[in-house]
Amino acid sequence: MSGSITTPTNNKAKALGLHLLIIGVLAASFLILPDYHSGIIARVLILAIYAMGYNLLFGYTGLLSLGHALFFASGMYGLGLAMQYLHVSPLIGLIAGLGFAAFVSAVVGFLALRTAGVAFMIVTLMFAQAGYLTILLLGEYTRGDEGFVIKQSQRIVAGFDLTNATNRYYVSVLLFAISLLLIGWIVQSGFGKTLVAIRENEERARMLGYNVQLHKWLAVVISGTMSGSAGAAYALLFGYVGGTFATVQYSIFPLLYVLLGGAGTTIGPLIGALFMFYLIDISSQFTSAYLLVAGVALILLTLFAPQGLAGIVRKRVIRWLP
Amino acid sequence: MEFGPHLFLATLEGAIGAAVLALMAVGLSIVFGIMRVVNVAHGEFYMLGAVIAWWITSLIGGHPAYGFLAALIVAPLIVGLIAALADHLVLRRINYDPERTIVATIGLLYVLQQLTLMTFGADARPVEAPFNKRLALPWFENGADGLAMYWPWGLSTTTYKLAVIVAAIVVLVALWLLMTKTRAGLIMRATQLNRDMALAHGIPVEKVYALVFGLGAAIAALAAVLVVPIQQAHYLMGGDPLLLSFIVVIIGGLGSIPGTIVAAILIGMSDGIISVFFSPTLAKILATLLVAFVLIFRPQGLFGKRIS
Repeated sequence: MSGSITTPTNNKAKALGLHLLIIGVLAASFLILPDYHSGIIARVLILAIYAMGYNLLFGYTGLLSLGHALFFASGMYGLGLAMQYLHVSPLIGLIAGLGFAAFVSAVVGFLALRTAGVAFMIVTLMFAQAGYLTILLLGEYTRGDEGFVIKQSQRIVAGFDLTNATNRYYVSVLLFAISLLLIGWIVQSGFGKTLVAIRENEERARMLGYNVQLHKWLAVVISGTMSGSAGAAYALLFGYVGGTFATVQYSIFPLLYVLLGGAGTTIGPLIGALFMFYLIDISSQFTSAYLLVAGVALILLTLFAPQGLAGIVRKRVIRWLP
Repeated sequence: MEFGPHLFLATLEGAIGAAVLALMAVGLSIVFGIMRVVNVAHGEFYMLGAVIAWWITSLIGGHPAYGFLAALIVAPLIVGLIAALADHLVLRRINYDPERTIVATIGLLYVLQQLTLMTFGADARPVEAPFNKRLALPWFENGADGLAMYWPWGLSTTTYKLAVIVAAIVVLVALWLLMTKTRAGLIMRATQLNRDMALAHGIPVEKVYALVFGLGAAIAALAAVLVVPIQQAHYLMGGDPLLLSFIVVIIGGLGSIPGTIVAAILIGMSDGIISVFFSPTLAKILATLLVAFVLIFRPQGLFGKRIS
């Protein structure tokens, strides 16, 4: 199933080496980056985890969801509500966030996977919209669009203060590292290869005896849970939980990051999140209409570079890029 | 106000919403039916219609009716041209691939919305109605001395609101005649049935597509011009109507115009009535979930026929 002419073990080692190199560079960057930028990178890394989760479904399995904000928000509110109202510790909160995101993605996956193509996109969009509206409806607890702040005193894990900039940076690198290595392992495994086979030709994968529906469902659950972990981490590190993160816009962002960085590549989501975040950050200094950048990028990418930056590199330069 | 008159008023407001929604959804529906394109930017074409209507009426002085009449003709034309241009520059180049089209129209949504924010600004701006006479409405009640007619306080509508309903019906009938009785309609239906066969018979499919995309956007713009004297023009006004027209088009059966109109009346009326008596958020949650479940369990829509 390796499908390449060079030895697969060699490629696996190269891929792992590349991932470790990226993690090393990120960890070292803190020493040279000015405060403002290390703050941004911490945020970008969490959004990159979100995009990596999205990419497993979109890039590797070929299912385009327009409703991942629901999973991101599930993780965020799972952690946020548990910490706010049950006063649990951050670690228990994280587990609550992951568990809730896994549950929501399992249900949504079960229902939405009865459809395909455009219908799948609209069904996921509608579920996410219903989720956002539910947050508004339960505004008494969720505080709706306004959101709520997780108190600084609560955001301490075993004496480790997450509100401190250095700690926050390294926790985000750690979480990113876990996610990247996990994704790297999944896509090189038999399971990951099967997802790609389903993306390339669903009928053939079914003919070969794979349980396509089960594989797709697992992909939705893993993807949704990883996106939810990003939401929970975002709430914990930046101390804010709000309904804005459940809007359509937050479903579009991971799609944009993945398209820009390169769908179906492990490093694409990071590249896309990094570029897009800075692009929007810079343009927001000049105009309030900063989302114009997102719109233009979406159109240009669909027109001229559907494989994204890392996709172009893989096609032209480094064939073994994971 | 008592329950009866209140319900009557809610129904009337719902009917105005339904009329505008029917127009908007039919625009989305013909684009989907003929081109198999899900146009996520449809709400922005609606918004552009309202904004251009404001711009034209603010240019033309005199009686508000002159400016409004000009807007009624010019705004759909401009929006239609913008849409046809977008079709030519973007959609045609990606071969109307369904998923890439959705991503591209999401991009178009942001571009149109943000350009409007840069030029028109973030304020909501009103447009004066060409005529606006308040009409008090009577109510009948079976009292002590038989059926009596009286005029409840607050039970009223305006001539303009009633005119919106009439105008929407006129446009829908005209569109139906265009699709069923004219040569242009025949060509559009032929393209819908079989794109390749239409091309083989010398139908300029690319031109038909640009025209249909423009027509769909122009109908949305027209709906917005009709609505803007009741509701102000704002750069974010496209969101809710887009969601509602998606709901209508899916429940009515993708691409079916009669189904779309029936669903628009149903959804528009119930949205109006539920929003008055219950929470509007709850009404929207129920509607979005209904759409999701219709797509999952009855993809041909509630009123559509199953394609064998």
